[in-house]
Amino acid sequence: MTITINHFLVVSFLLFSIGLLGVLVRRNFLTVLMSVELMLNAVNLNLIAFSSRLSDLTGQVFAVFVITIAAGEAAIGLALTISLFRQRRTLNVEEASSMQG
Amino acid sequence: MKDLLWLVPLFPLVGFLVNGIVYLVSHRTRGVVVAHPMADQPAAESSLESGHPHAHEHLEAHPRFKTLHTAVGVGSVALSCVFAFGAIFDVGVRALASGAHHVITLYRWISLGVNESTGQVPGALAEWFVDAAFRLDSLSALMIAFVTFVGFLIHVYSVGYMGHDPGYGRYFAYLNLFMFSMLVLVLADNFLLMFVGWEGVGLCSYLLIGYDYHKKFAADAGKKAFVVNRIGDFGFILGIFGVFVLFGTLEFDGVFSAAAADPSRYAPWMTLVCLCLFLGAVGKSAQVPLHVWLPDAMAGPTPVSALIHAATMVTAGVYMVARCNVLFRLSPDALLVVAVVGGFTALFAATIGVVQNDIKKVLAYSTVSQLGYMFLACGVGAFAAGMFHVLTHAFFKACLFLGSGSVIHALAGEQDLRRMGGLARRIPITYVTFLVATLAIAGVPLLAGFFSKDAILAAVFEARFPQAPWLPRLLWSAALFTAGLTAFYMFRLVSLAFYGRFRGTPEQEAHVHESPKSMTVPLVILAFLSIVGGWIGIPILHGGNRIGAFLSPVIPALAGEHAAEHHPAVSLEIALMAASVGAAMVGLLLAWLWYAKGEGRVPATIAARFPRLYRLVANKYFVDEFYDSVFVEGLAKGGGRFLWEVDATVVDLIPNGTAAATRGASWLTNLFDKNVVDGAVNGVADGFEKGWRLARRAQTGHVQNYALVMGAGLFCLVAVYLIFR
Repeated sequence: MTITINHFLVVSFLLFSIGLLGVLVRRNFLTVLMSVELMLNAVNLNLIAFSSRLSDLTGQVFAVFVITIAAGEAAIGLALTISLFRQRRTLNVEEASSMQG
Repeated sequence: MKDLLWLVPLFPLVGFLVNGIVYLVSHRTRGVVVAHPMADQPAAESSLESGHPHAHEHLEAHPRFKTLHTAVGVGSVALSCVFAFGAIFDVGVRALASGAHHVITLYRWISLGVNESTGQVPGALAEWFVDAAFRLDSLSALMIAFVTFVGFLIHVYSVGYMGHDPGYGRYFAYLNLFMFSMLVLVLADNFLLMFVGWEGVGLCSYLLIGYDYHKKFAADAGKKAFVVNRIGDFGFILGIFGVFVLFGTLEFDGVFSAAAADPSRYAPWMTLVCLCLFLGAVGKSAQVPLHVWLPDAMAGPTPVSALIHAATMVTAGVYMVARCNVLFRLSPDALLVVAVVGGFTALFAATIGVVQNDIKKVLAYSTVSQLGYMFLACGVGAFAAGMFHVLTHAFFKACLFLGSGSVIHALAGEQDLRRMGGLARRIPITYVTFLVATLAIAGVPLLAGFFSKDAILAAVFEARFPQAPWLPRLLWSAALFTAGLTAFYMFRLVSLAFYGRFRGTPEQEAHVHESPKSMTVPLVILAFLSIVGGWIGIPILHGGNRIGAFLSPVIPALAGEHAAEHHPAVSLEIALMAASVGAAMVGLLLAWLWYAKGEGRVPATIAARFPRLYRLVANKYFVDEFYDSVFVEGLAKGGGRFLWEVDATVVDLIPNGTAAATRGASWLTNLFDKNVVDGAVNGVADGFEKGWRLARRAQTGHVQNYALVMGAGLFCLVAVYLIFR
């Protein structure tokens, strides 16, 4: 059985869905951050797969950019996590609702 | 020269303009104070020295440009007089007497388009128009002759009398304006131009009565004269309207020839028109009930009283009635009213004159009484006799007034007869001229008043009133009694002023002096005319007289009227003359006995015996008080209250109704505003509030909710995209 682009897309879709579900339902801010990383990596996989399939390097370049951004995002996200914990002594996302209308 | 007739009124007009402008310019720099330095003095200083120059003598202010004012004021009237006589002689006295007349049209004054009633109205012109035109016929010739001549004499007299007055220029300007207006009045060829002159003399009368306008009584008298005259003028202009409606023209020739040609056509309306015209004459000529202004008019300077309020202006009413004699003869009822008013006024005013103590007031009531005579003559159809009396009266009454001015001048402003006396030797020229004029007005034979008064009495005796056959005898008795009264009060005046001992203060006695030449010469001339002025009307027994013949062209026969040349028997005429002379003699003799010899004891006894009667007459029958209470108080105040009621109920309905309507409208608007407008505004606000209460729920603050919605939205968009691709 050869591995086709479809396999990559299915894996990527599953990863993205797990990440999205994690962002939407997990209470812990750290877990939410990790789920976001998972979604970004699902996208990377998708980009690489199409780059290889279409023999176009643009996808791989984009993937490198996304990794770079993801590093920054993780840094800022962790900083926010620490700041939130210092203020509220908790990392529960549902309690950080002071912007409620 | 007859074509230069328009110069006759023009000269005084130019004189008025020159004098008026020079006076205004020369008095502007130093203001009103110079012209009227007495303004700060109490008006009640002395009501007796009204209009007398000596009242101003102590003033520093002297008339300025006096020579110029004299030259222009007197010169213009002199020129006017020369041209008037020139025009009369150019046409010719005989020609005038036989009906010649001369009309000069200056310009078309008012043009009103085509007259549609032409052909239906005899004599009506093809066009409605009013010309500024002058007319010289025997009646206007008579008038301009004596108006300009007596006017000239009085102007000369004024030079002496007003010589010290600071308002000298103003005085002559007014006097010239008066001459202009009076000449327009008598020369006018139509009713409207006559009305212009009529109003002009009224204005000048007002200005000159109130000449000393800083004195309240003079200003009030001027106002009174003006207001009372308005009542008459109102009637006069209504009469003019009536004439225009009936005849379609205002020209004398057109109106009178139409009326004379077809009397029955116009007769039904003539009573109304004539009574309106006569109301104008009553106002201008001070007949009962509008006589009240003339005695008060004596507040003006004495020459003004002589010229305007005795010799000329007040006779304008008689002139107008005589001019309109054709119309009046169409209406026996109107003539009856004229005769009764005239006869009653003659007697009424004469009785008041008997008890007056102010020298000018006596003469004023005498004037009213003599004007009554003139109307009486017109009323019985003797228009020529009326005009004859106008002429002779102008001479002797002007002489009397100027003489009284000379007396007042001699006594430094004293007008009260009770403080005079014994002046005969002190001021002989004044005395002699005054005596001559007195005898003339009293009707002493061969003097002017005798002939004119006798002509009137004879005409009244012979008059026929189909409506009231007894009336002529009654009027004749009244007129005869009035003749006696006239002689009585005039000789009473002479006795009190010139005979007996002096009753004034020693200072006054020391001041007595004869007047200057400029005053005595006119007096002498007028006295002379008082003697000979009546000779033109010497009755030729059984054939009228020359003045009657001269005026006959303006008194044309009516169509269908039988020229009933009815002459009384010679014996009757002589008897009537004897009666009038007898009445005059009795009056003279009584006055001489009671006042010159008896020093007023008999009249005092009579006055004490009948105190109520004396008070009634001395207070002029309380006519002024009656008018005050009825018209001034009653009408003005009661009328004011009535008008206030009308105002409060009827007129106020408009503002009040408007207010109520506005209130109702505003109530409606308020409802609309509250419910509809506010409802919309609040409704929108409420809607938004409800909206945001719902919308805020979406903003939970839970980031994951937002993410979910975002995801759901993305899903929906992609789904829509995929489905509808």
